[in-house]
Amino acid sequence: MKLHEYQSKNIFSKFGIPIPKGCVATTAQEAKQVAEELGGPVVIKSQVLVGGRGKAGGVKLAKNPAEAEQLATQILGMEIKGLPVRKVLVDEASAIDKEIYFSITDDRAAKKPVMIASAAGGVDIEEVAAKTPEKIIKVNIDPLLGLREYQARDIALAIDLPRENWKEFTKIAMGLWQVYQNTDASLAEINPLVITQDKKLVALDGKMMIDDNALFRQADLAEMRDTDEDAPAEIEARKYGLSFIKLDGNIGCMVNGAGLAMTSMDVIKLFGGDPANFLDVGGGAGAEKVAAAMRIILSDPNVKAVLFNIFGGITRCDEVARGILAAMDEVKPKVPMVVRLVGTNAEEGRRLLENANMITAETLADAAKKAVAAAKG
Amino acid sequence: MSILVNKNTRLIVQGITGNEGLFHTTQMAAYGTNVVGGVTPGKGGEWVLDGKIPVFDSVKAAKDATDANASIIFVPARFAPDAMFEAADAGIPLIICITEGVVIHDMMRVRNYLDQKGARLIGPNCPGLLTPDEAKIGIIPGNIAIKGNVGVVSRSGTLTYEVLYAMKNLGMGASTCVGIGGDPVNGTNFTDVLEMFENDPETEKVIMIGEIGGNEEEKAAEYIRTKMTKPVASFIAGQTAPPGKRMGHAGAIIEGGAGTAADKIRALEAAGVKVAKHPEEIPTLL
Repeated sequence: MKLHEYQSKNIFSKFGIPIPKGCVATTAQEAKQVAEELGGPVVIKSQVLVGGRGKAGGVKLAKNPAEAEQLATQILGMEIKGLPVRKVLVDEASAIDKEIYFSITDDRAAKKPVMIASAAGGVDIEEVAAKTPEKIIKVNIDPLLGLREYQARDIALAIDLPRENWKEFTKIAMGLWQVYQNTDASLAEINPLVITQDKKLVALDGKMMIDDNALFRQADLAEMRDTDEDAPAEIEARKYGLSFIKLDGNIGCMVNGAGLAMTSMDVIKLFGGDPANFLDVGGGAGAEKVAAAMRIILSDPNVKAVLFNIFGGITRCDEVARGILAAMDEVKPKVPMVVRLVGTNAEEGRRLLENANMITAETLADAAKKAVAAAKG
Repeated sequence: MSILVNKNTRLIVQGITGNEGLFHTTQMAAYGTNVVGGVTPGKGGEWVLDGKIPVFDSVKAAKDATDANASIIFVPARFAPDAMFEAADAGIPLIICITEGVVIHDMMRVRNYLDQKGARLIGPNCPGLLTPDEAKIGIIPGNIAIKGNVGVVSRSGTLTYEVLYAMKNLGMGASTCVGIGGDPVNGTNFTDVLEMFENDPETEKVIMIGEIGGNEEEKAAEYIRTKMTKPVASFIAGQTAPPGKRMGHAGAIIEGGAGTAADKIRALEAAGVKVAKHPEEIPTLL
């Protein structure tokens, strides 16, 4: 789950990381009020869950409240990479001397968290990483030990941070580690962390991602989820614990297991079709979950055929078959359906579906070909 | 021979009285796996499977009584980290975690702790292992694979079943099939398993099933290119998947933009691996 910049920075602030004064606004009028309260020049920043906001014109400097209102009007009417801007953050403008990149993320290969820093912070950090990797400092953190202060000092030295800022930097590093640790984040990123002209460190921008699997113990964060930008079907799917991504094709897919779900899409494409979605019903899916999955797939008017590819392991094919029957009873689908059941309790499942008027298939290739043909009518 | 598990494996099941635990214990025992006990805190002293398998309160008690040398975990995600710590602390050398949805931060702590204890972890979020005719440790349906000389290693669950099933339909058998799991932080990676297959006299060829994300397939390609003498065939899932959701800049910095199906296929082909267009084609490439 991604958090907005303003949400991330509020969390940073709770853990002692300095952020600019500011407030989020949903109308230009509110933005003007915030600017009046802050006094002086402000930055109007679109709050959308995609990168490259600045380059898209979604971040603007306003010299006074009137200009803040005018720019907020403009930005609140924008779409950035297809996402409508519904909120802006109005922050006091900072006089910037230097921009630093600073983050903590999961290092899959090392099986440890990694703290990343660079003196060349800002919007072009990925180019810096690709072209001059020596400018990127990476320090792995022992997850059983946590970040130690000496590691933060080592980073300060490595990025040539002025000595007068070391103490402040160490405090920010420890704070960022606490943020990452306490929120079960997969990413806590400050870019840029600036040194202001009066030699203070401030987290000007923030980005966080939270491990979805940890939301059961992060109730406060779970409530922060911005569902404005999710397709309704994706929200519905999440409610049932289904992994679903809407795509542009016309063959609905219900598969168990992410790898097999992706493969089923690959094979549909290989035989000339186009998948309408990625949908993994997960391991051990029961009838209720399967019925929900089917409703979600059939709610897409583009869908001209549905492919069920279930290879039972922890999932039992008879349970899936019961779910399909329950959903068919409820939704009364009008599109052809191709079903392939193999593995745990497959025979029982096939027997249950015998009278359900479905096209059956033995192999995945066969199932994909039949679904492609059915979608073409 | 085979790798990791065989008829001498003495298995305990953590979460044996739960729904999934009991269902799959029944299946494993029916396959012939030597299930010597199970663990459910608070249910020590009970028996399952018509009085054939004793239940203990802790892994340590189970190990002391049964001399188990492997443990499989079927507990819900929020309890799975504790189950893995407990198994390692009790001195179980091989731990298989089937559970899906374990928090990544927990997994980083588990993995680092298990490394210190010298315990090998398979998974989490994996289907387990199968050495046909000897031991089924996990949830891979036993009847979809036959004994043979092909080592199979996969990040996926059900996609692995597709491949085993396609192999069986061609009369091709497996020495051992290892599902290493699809989570970003897991216990055993492709290269670990490829090395075991390379050293296993019973394995003559290898099938590796990968998917988009991470760079373990690229590392495996490097191992195959420089160290492996046995032929390898592969399939990479997700060739048509839309570009994944990006993780700020940090993901790109750490992984250097690798991880697409095209990158992985290129790396594998450069290492002499034959890469299939769909999973049912893989066995025909060997």
